[in-house]
Amino acid sequence: MDIEWYLVLSALLFATGFIGVMVRRNPVVILLCLELMLSAGALALLAFSRMLGNQDGQVFVLIVLVVAACEVVVGLGLVVAMYRRRLPLDVDEIKELKG
Amino acid sequence: MEQIAFFVGAIGALGAAFAVVIVKNPFYSVLALVIHLVFLAGIFLLLMAQFLAAALIVVYAGAVMVLYVFVAAYVGGIEEPKWDSSPELRIVGPILAVALFIAISIAVLGSGLSALGTPGPDDVPSGFGTPEAVGHLMMEDFLIAFEAASLLLLIAAVAAIVLAGRRREDRKKLPGGEGA
Amino acid sequence: MTATWAWLVLLFPLLGSLTIGFGFKVLPARVAGLIGISAIVAAFICGILALIGLQGEPSESRHVASSLWEYANVGGLRIDLGIYVDPLSIFMVLVVTGVSSLIHIYSYSYMKSDQGYHRFFSYLNFFVFSMLVLVLGGNFIMLIVGWALVGFASYALISYWYRRNTATKAGMKAFVINVVGDIGLYIAAILIFKNLGSVDYGTVFEKAPEVFTTNEWEIVAICLCLLVGAFAKSAQMPFHTWLADAMEGPTPVSSLIHAATMVTAGVYLIARCHSLFELAPTAADVAAWVGLATLMIAGTIAIAVTDLKRIIAYSTMSQIGYMFVGVGIGAYSAGMFHLMTHAFFKALLFMAAGSIISAMANMQDIDKMKGFRKAMPFTAAMLIIGALALSGFPGTSGWFSKDEIIDFAHFRGGMYDWMWAGMLIGAFMTAVYSFRIIFRILPGPACKEAEYLEEHGHVIHGEPKNPATGELEDTEVGYPGEEHHIAEQAGGMKFAMSVLGILALIGGLVQVPGVDEVITNFLEPTFEDSVFAHMHPSTHEAWVGLGEGALISILGITFTWFLYIRRPDLPVKFRERFRAVHALCVNKWYGDEIIDFLIVSPVKAFGRFCNRVFERFAIDGATAGVAGLTRSAGAAVRDMQSGMLRGYAVLMLFGILAIAIYFLIRSI
Repeated sequence: MDIEWYLVLSALLFATGFIGVMVRRNPVVILLCLELMLSAGALALLAFSRMLGNQDGQVFVLIVLVVAACEVVVGLGLVVAMYRRRLPLDVDEIKELKG
Repeated sequence: MEQIAFFVGAIGALGAAFAVVIVKNPFYSVLALVIHLVFLAGIFLLLMAQFLAAALIVVYAGAVMVLYVFVAAYVGGIEEPKWDSSPELRIVGPILAVALFIAISIAVLGSGLSALGTPGPDDVPSGFGTPEAVGHLMMEDFLIAFEAASLLLLIAAVAAIVLAGRRREDRKKLPGGEGA
Repeated sequence: MTATWAWLVLLFPLLGSLTIGFGFKVLPARVAGLIGISAIVAAFICGILALIGLQGEPSESRHVASSLWEYANVGGLRIDLGIYVDPLSIFMVLVVTGVSSLIHIYSYSYMKSDQGYHRFFSYLNFFVFSMLVLVLGGNFIMLIVGWALVGFASYALISYWYRRNTATKAGMKAFVINVVGDIGLYIAAILIFKNLGSVDYGTVFEKAPEVFTTNEWEIVAICLCLLVGAFAKSAQMPFHTWLADAMEGPTPVSSLIHAATMVTAGVYLIARCHSLFELAPTAADVAAWVGLATLMIAGTIAIAVTDLKRIIAYSTMSQIGYMFVGVGIGAYSAGMFHLMTHAFFKALLFMAAGSIISAMANMQDIDKMKGFRKAMPFTAAMLIIGALALSGFPGTSGWFSKDEIIDFAHFRGGMYDWMWAGMLIGAFMTAVYSFRIIFRILPGPACKEAEYLEEHGHVIHGEPKNPATGELEDTEVGYPGEEHHIAEQAGGMKFAMSVLGILALIGGLVQVPGVDEVITNFLEPTFEDSVFAHMHPSTHEAWVGLGEGALISILGITFTWFLYIRRPDLPVKFRERFRAVHALCVNKWYGDEIIDFLIVSPVKAFGRFCNRVFERFAIDGATAGVAGLTRSAGAAVRDMQSGMLRGYAVLMLFGILAIAIYFLIRSI
């Protein structure tokens, strides 16, 4: 398979994830869509790594996974905190934090 | 053979991704993402990233998704309210996403990278993408990034405890609050 | 070993200053005074030990450079926190710490009733520390540091009675004029570094003759800039106006800083840089001529003014003029010798004056003083000794030192003969003004203060008044205390004055032409590279010079006696007759007014212009414009901050799109 297929797939996944971020309002689902976008990025990195025959890209992906895990932890922590305080689980409702 | 494997993986991953976006219940969204990750791991294997494919399944589909499942179950299957405070985003969002897809595709494909039209070099070093090779790289060339990542994880764990942990005033409030 | 002792010399006054300064809440006043005294005495002892160490070395290696830390190392400029110990710096250390010890002891009694006792001793110790940094510093940067620190110490001590308006103003004036001099020094240091690539004394003096030819414009510029610093610190023309006002400080301060030590820093500077000045004879001549002009003009002013401390201050300017002539014409050891003897007799004169001013309940006008001979016999004796030494009476210390300078000018001949003549006239004036003090204060019928002192055995209790303006003032902190102390009744004052009196009388015997010449021999290692090192008048010529000096001094004293004792009506008549001349002298040759007209007024006008026009329109306009711009820009972007998470996502998308499009365009 040519590398460009992987890259196009990655772009498609990224766009799908973005649609999710745009249309959904449940923070848990938005976090899931962010995961989608991150995994799309990871796929692109791996494709380039394969294309160059260089494994550095794989280490990058590993770091991306770590960052994604951190984001999940903090994001879900926020969701739980919101739930505890009986805040609506809807990102449109939570907009006091503005400049 | 490789083409078949790729298209199966690609269609599976894309379909699962759409499912994540479309299904109403967050619980099912999580399950769809697990399926997506499994297919993605297959594609990772095609790219000779055995270690990462395994890590994706074990760490991601295994551990992180379990966390999601727990949270989704804890929060409950909340249906999204029918009204949308900015309904225009329902239309604008997908259009923008398509624009994004086109732009990225053209940017990548038009970049004129010489190896784009090929499946990549065949003479990759032996053990490409094995845990041993990646481990060597991580411990030798990217040690600082590795340590920074571990520190980041630690900070995130502490942050999650601070964010989600029960405060004293919560504990006081809860019994009365629940009674009312 | 020598260097260690020299570092200790620096350490003790600093420790003393810090201990007193930070411990003022816990230390009793007397203890603070004793700490101050012992710190300086310890420094003096360390100075003597350093001297012994230095004399143990062979003559050609009698200089030690020592560095504790690196002060800065930037772009090829390496500055050490270092000291340079050679006969010249040790000589200065001994003069400074020696006289300072005595003045600390004097102050211990004199300042007894002042409310700011701790502050006084802390400042005084700090001054000694700064002065020692100045004389011991091993490079031009340390010199500048010391130079600036003594400037501050001088400011702090002139304004010591900080609730007196006149005192704070005088302090500011002194500080500002000194800073002008500092700038001269900075420029000189920069030029030296630019041309020689170093600021270390050793390197600079060694390399200077290789780099510069005689009277090349750059070396002349360096020396002139150094001279600006020296003139400002030593109150030479045209920077002389601050010294008389500096008399607002307490008398021990006038005695220590504005007579014995700090104001002689300029002389030290020229002597230290003699190898530069010998490459620029023009600059050296400038120093000498300015010294000559100052010594004559200050002499005329000293004859005319009636404020006791100011007379002595102008006399200080005049004597420093002699030293400048000395080091300017190449008589380095003579200049340093005069510096030393001057420190003795001038400190003594100030101390005696302080005692008399105390007895007058802080009045300083000699018109009101009369007949103190019987009331204050000790002070009177010390005053006479000081005046004798100052006017160069045969046998006293001033006679040997001043006439050595005068004689050297004659020895060099040519245009220096004019200087010789000028200095002889100056010597005559010196005799006149110093004995004018004596003849007006001591003999005659006692004034009411002297009478009171004689009858009651203690000092009259006058109204606390500012001697300059006559305003009534408090006796609280920031003003002089209510009690005054005279030497007859205070042990510390008596002791310090006795020691200085003896030194002023016999201090000159260390340098008798043809007999011992201790100073010349001691300083020889420092000045041996000088072209004047082995040029000096023969013993015979020296004694002829001393004879002339003695003659002039005795003539001057006799003339003064005739004027003020035999025909006291003559000075009054003279004043009536030559009103303009008298006015010129009393008004210090209008030095303040000239500076005011030439510099202060234009600067003030420029400042007003800046305030009214530039600040209002340019600066205010700019700030208001920036504020308005920020506000409107903020208003413009405020709406984007909706708090809508998905709105932010859209914005981010545009960012990603922009990056993608950038690569798109790049790829085409």
